[in-house]
Amino acid sequence: MADDKDVLRDVWFGRIPTCFTLYQDEITEREAEPFYLLLPRMSYLTLVTDKVKKHFLKVMKAEDIEEMWFDFEGTSLKWHYPIGLLFDLHASNTALPWSITVHFKNFPERDLLHCPSNSVIEAHFMSSIKEADALKHKSQVINDMQKKDHKQLWMGLQNVVLCSSDKFDQFWAMNRKLMEYPTEEGGFRYIPFRIYLTMSDRPFIQKLFRPISPDGHTHTLGDLLKEVYPVAIPNDDESKHYQVVIHGIEPLLETPLQWLSEHLSHPDNFLHISVIPAPSD
Amino acid sequence: MSVSLLWAVDVYGRVYSLSTGGQQWEQCQDAVLEFKRVTAVQQCCWGIACDHHIYLNVHSSDVPIRYQEETYENQRWNPKDNFSDHLLPSDRWHWSDITGLEHQPLDSFLLPSTNWEWEGDWYIDENFGGEPTEKGGWTYALDFPATYIKDKKWNSCVRRRRWIRYRRYKATDTWAKIPSEGHSGPLPDPFNDISCGGWEISEEPRGRLSLWAVSLQGKVWFREGIHHHSPEGEGWEEVSLPGEVVQISCGPGDLVWAVLWEGQLIVREGITRDCPQGLCWVVVDSPNPEAGAIHVAVGDNVVWAVTKDNKVWFRRGINSHNPCGSGWIGMVGEMVMVNVGLNDQVWGISCVDRAVYFRQGVTSSELSGKAWKAVNVPRDGDIRSHSSASISKGGPQRAVLEVGTCPSSPPPEPPPIDPDVPKPRIPKVTSDSFISEMLSDRQVKQEAATTASPSIPEEEVWSNVDLEETQTHLAVGLSSVATYTLCQGEPYGADEHPLWAWVSGGGCGVNFWTLLSLPALASSVQSMSLSISPAQTAAWRKQIFEQLSERSKREMDHFKHYEQSVWVKKGAMQWWRDWKPHKWVDVRFALEQFSGPEGNQDGILFLYYNFNEEKKYLHAFINEVTILVPVLNDSKHTFAIYTAERTKQRWPIRLAAATELALLSVSCCDSRGIQGPPSKQAIWSVTCKGDIFVCEPSPSLEACPYPTPCDQMFWRQVGGHLRLVECNSLGVVWGVGYDHTAWVYTGYGGGFFQDNIFTQTDVKCVYIYENQRWNPVTGYTNRGLPTDRYMWSDATGLQECTKANAKPPSPHWTWVADWTIDYGISGGTDREGWQYAADFPRSYHGHKTLKDFVRRRRWARKCKLTTTGPWQEVPPIPLSDVTIVLCGAQSSVEPIPLWAISNKGDVLCRLGVTLLTPAGTSWLHVGTDQPFKSISIGGANQVWAIARDGSAFYRGSVSSESPAGDCWYHIPCPERQKLQQVSVGRTSVYTVDQNGNLWFRQGLTPSYPQGSSWEHICNNVRKVSVGPLDQVWIIADKVQGSHSLSCGTVCHRLGVQPMEPKGQSWDYGIGGGWDHITVRGNSIEAPRVRMPSLTPSLTSSLTDPLRPPPPRSLLPVMITEMENGNAVRC
Repeated sequence: MADDKDVLRDVWFGRIPTCFTLYQDEITEREAEPFYLLLPRMSYLTLVTDKVKKHFLKVMKAEDIEEMWFDFEGTSLKWHYPIGLLFDLHASNTALPWSITVHFKNFPERDLLHCPSNSVIEAHFMSSIKEADALKHKSQVINDMQKKDHKQLWMGLQNVVLCSSDKFDQFWAMNRKLMEYPTEEGGFRYIPFRIYLTMSDRPFIQKLFRPISPDGHTHTLGDLLKEVYPVAIPNDDESKHYQVVIHGIEPLLETPLQWLSEHLSHPDNFLHISVIPAPSD
Repeated sequence: MSVSLLWAVDVYGRVYSLSTGGQQWEQCQDAVLEFKRVTAVQQCCWGIACDHHIYLNVHSSDVPIRYQEETYENQRWNPKDNFSDHLLPSDRWHWSDITGLEHQPLDSFLLPSTNWEWEGDWYIDENFGGEPTEKGGWTYALDFPATYIKDKKWNSCVRRRRWIRYRRYKATDTWAKIPSEGHSGPLPDPFNDISCGGWEISEEPRGRLSLWAVSLQGKVWFREGIHHHSPEGEGWEEVSLPGEVVQISCGPGDLVWAVLWEGQLIVREGITRDCPQGLCWVVVDSPNPEAGAIHVAVGDNVVWAVTKDNKVWFRRGINSHNPCGSGWIGMVGEMVMVNVGLNDQVWGISCVDRAVYFRQGVTSSELSGKAWKAVNVPRDGDIRSHSSASISKGGPQRAVLEVGTCPSSPPPEPPPIDPDVPKPRIPKVTSDSFISEMLSDRQVKQEAATTASPSIPEEEVWSNVDLEETQTHLAVGLSSVATYTLCQGEPYGADEHPLWAWVSGGGCGVNFWTLLSLPALASSVQSMSLSISPAQTAAWRKQIFEQLSERSKREMDHFKHYEQSVWVKKGAMQWWRDWKPHKWVDVRFALEQFSGPEGNQDGILFLYYNFNEEKKYLHAFINEVTILVPVLNDSKHTFAIYTAERTKQRWPIRLAAATELALLSVSCCDSRGIQGPPSKQAIWSVTCKGDIFVCEPSPSLEACPYPTPCDQMFWRQVGGHLRLVECNSLGVVWGVGYDHTAWVYTGYGGGFFQDNIFTQTDVKCVYIYENQRWNPVTGYTNRGLPTDRYMWSDATGLQECTKANAKPPSPHWTWVADWTIDYGISGGTDREGWQYAADFPRSYHGHKTLKDFVRRRRWARKCKLTTTGPWQEVPPIPLSDVTIVLCGAQSSVEPIPLWAISNKGDVLCRLGVTLLTPAGTSWLHVGTDQPFKSISIGGANQVWAIARDGSAFYRGSVSSESPAGDCWYHIPCPERQKLQQVSVGRTSVYTVDQNGNLWFRQGLTPSYPQGSSWEHICNNVRKVSVGPLDQVWIIADKVQGSHSLSCGTVCHRLGVQPMEPKGQSWDYGIGGGWDHITVRGNSIEAPRVRMPSLTPSLTSSLTDPLRPPPPRSLLPVMITEMENGNAVRC
């Protein structure tokens, strides 16, 4: 049987084949070729699309260029969600490659945050990690780390594109500490998770939820959904209405939540769970 | 981390130890007696048994404690008897010590105690200052006392020879009784407390320890003469006191505190290297005037105390200048006692549940730690007793005693542990709790006599009870104790936890970083990989694996071709600019990487700078980079980039950047398609910064006549920090750190989890010099002449180095101790560490003469590096050299011969080294008559070694059947040279001497493997490594005319062929700044090139047309290197 660290590896090295096309209304000097790229599921759009930008800038005039943003089938893509989550949430059951439209104008101020530099991503990433550790260990682990340790986490993520084992090691050497917990407690204090719904106005659901029930039972993914979004759980007699997707897979509902949190969390230490309508066929 | 022990005594007087690698408390089986207290250091544990005698338990080691006794046999020549025992009346004794003053016949040598045994009989030493003597070992002189020579001359009137015999300490892993003898007969008073420490006070003699003991009457005794060759010490010396002492504690350094009967504390002052027992006491008040102190524990820089109300206190402001500290801070928790172990880690026994507690979070910056954490570990006895009632046979000795007395006893009461219930008397074995209780009781009773506590009269309690009780207890026999033991035994159960009386962490090498390696503690902070083990086979887990692999297929496998593109990484760095004045300037950089359709990566590094307002750039093709070397710099993370061209120029691109080195390293490896662990054939090298590099040898590296030029070799870094590394072609790799720790390579790559990447630490010293000049009025002062060097400087005197401004070698290192005087510097020192000379810079000596006008002394400060790498420690013996047998690529030798030299100079042979267990199992000590320093095992088990006196030895009859061989053959040195290092290839033997000469051993034949003579090859060599193809690589060292230290350059001997093992000339590779290289893994034979038209001699004069001929001597290279500076050392 394969080892649990292979799960971490698979998760880390996940890539989504993507085709970037320039939005039809953008003014170009000559026709813009689509740009193909494998996007790391773990990373953030604005962190890995430098070359997409470079590619399209070649055919555009400098004065026509504002901040780059992306949409998929009319939905603006939030750069501050991990790429894997965006794909699972919006494009799970569509054909590959994932077709993303690139815009350089009309930035949708209502939907998206600006991302002037990588330091904004870093700040967002680190604040997520800190929030997650506040839930897991009352911030004890993250506060014990040194500045350089924080940097190591960020560098690990930043270099996820390099597809290198060293970066995986570098990141996990540090992230491992964030995944420890006292045995007698059987898990984290609370599981850092977010549940995303496509068909809701709320961006996501987040609640305090412990990995172990007060009577000592292990909480599962099913227990979590029952508590925070019971609709997602299929009734015995009905066919499945929703898919519960994490990293492009649907874990069984009896999967222990603590294990999921340790193995299927994003580098920001959150378990990002997408609940999407099941394909109707 | 090496395995080390935490010792503890339970309330029944049983001694247990918990190994940092173990899972449970192991009862000390040898302890026939009950013990009251133990005090442990790394190499041994001292204890006071219930008979109030002191016992010593020296841990066994692969290297035995042996002591060499010597005596001299003297003879004089006369015409009648020739040389004979008939000496002149004015002569020395026939048998004497080296000076001739002491009469020392062979039978006057007695074993110091019954704990010693003789290793063999007396024999004659035939080694005379590194030179073999004639049979019989006689050395000749004109007269006593005179200079001896090994050859007999016409005027040799006297002769002498040296006899040696070894005695060995045999009482290891057992409790050996130490007689209570003072200077004048037996001590009047039995012992009550004991504390061992002081090993950091002085390095000489090796293994020196301070042992302090307190008698029942409150006197303090100091044990003299404990060191490595005398583990038991020599005798007790009484230390005068301002009062009666109850308990004493001694730290690893010069900190000694004791508790007085009245509740104050006293601090020993004036403890120095020359006076380890100190000069005087200073009184410090108890933390709480209401409740006096009953217990104190000291470490390197900390003092903890416990008062009668069981409160724990931490002393603020302790440092080497102020052993008394400045104030008390109350701590949470109530303890019976506390103990400070290694690294100032704190252990305690709670007065609530009598469990052993560990103070969590003690670091050098936060010495008081954060919280108490219980060490909940089962005892070995728990399981045994629980399993069956028939403990009499299988159980420990204690159990045998129990059975007779108590099978019919009524169900015993469980030992009371509830603190609220008045405590019944616990047996007096645990005098600590007893005394503390007595002390607290006494006060209570003085104030209010209504207490229900024992009705023993107060006077009696203090002075005699312990003793009396013990005597009763002994007189009554073991029944009382045994009853208790059984009481404990039967309800043992799973819930029953041990009640501890005493704990000693002085030998327990836990620190903040390695804390988790103590399973007892690790279990409380479990890592994730352990937490999932029960769920290995669950359906949900299987589902996740399947879906993830489906996902990879779906999303990635068909789209691999997307990844052909250009990446640009931009940022800022600092660059050591190319023109004068050289300095760090801010530059922008861009790393452009592109990948071809076959997935091969390449890239270019651009550096954009301004030159006279003009924008310029510098670039390097990533696939031309041969190495990225971290450079020593005390404030920046700097590195140098070399290409083959820049290696020739000795002028790398130097950059300073915090994180880009890792990125560039990955790019370089990617562009060359190198990934995964180094191959078994890899060439390993180490820079003077301790960084480890490997190079994959190409098949043509050892080709003749056209080898790959060695400046084109690509080196990549491997994690870790070492001083030297050795390997062979089976993939066994060992390293030795600066602190002499031995490390074995575990196989790199793949994971960060417990299997591959480990924490590695190393410790070294930074040295600065204090310089003074003499003037007639004030003597030596720190006011020099205007032309003098800095009064605080580096070794050369050119650089000012003060205690305040000296920094650790790089930002990776941190200080771990304060400045101390270094007495170990060559040339010797006086008692204050001064060395004298006529003027700066001259040769220094350790005593003042009339001609000396200047003096200096060296200060050392330890710093520590914590890093990670694929290395695992091989405890416990520190090494100075290691060598692994040479073999061909295909051969499979098992076990693999591996030899080493310990840092004390012992020759060791490792047993059980196989491909699966490259660390081996244990050391076999190979006896020598003197300490050794270098060793090498070549093809066909040829073992050569160099002794510290510079002589060479060949080990006879080493084979797979007899892995340690049978005897040493002394090989004379080259004329007037002391050898330094040896490397043995398939057949070649090369040595380097202390003056940097490289020597080749002539005349080696299978029937006469010792060879006939040394042939000089070249000079300016620091290290040599001879490989399985007899290829020769060296680290070339400084040359004449160089005015400062220059580090080494990797050089390759060209033209080495079977018929020409000495080769022709040198090819120069990466450098300077290299300290070590090993080519002993490279057994890749070059494809044979047949050149029938050329005779070998012509071949050798041919050079590659694309390459200029290599310089004839080392000089030109070294000079250019001096101009441009070393690669590694700025």
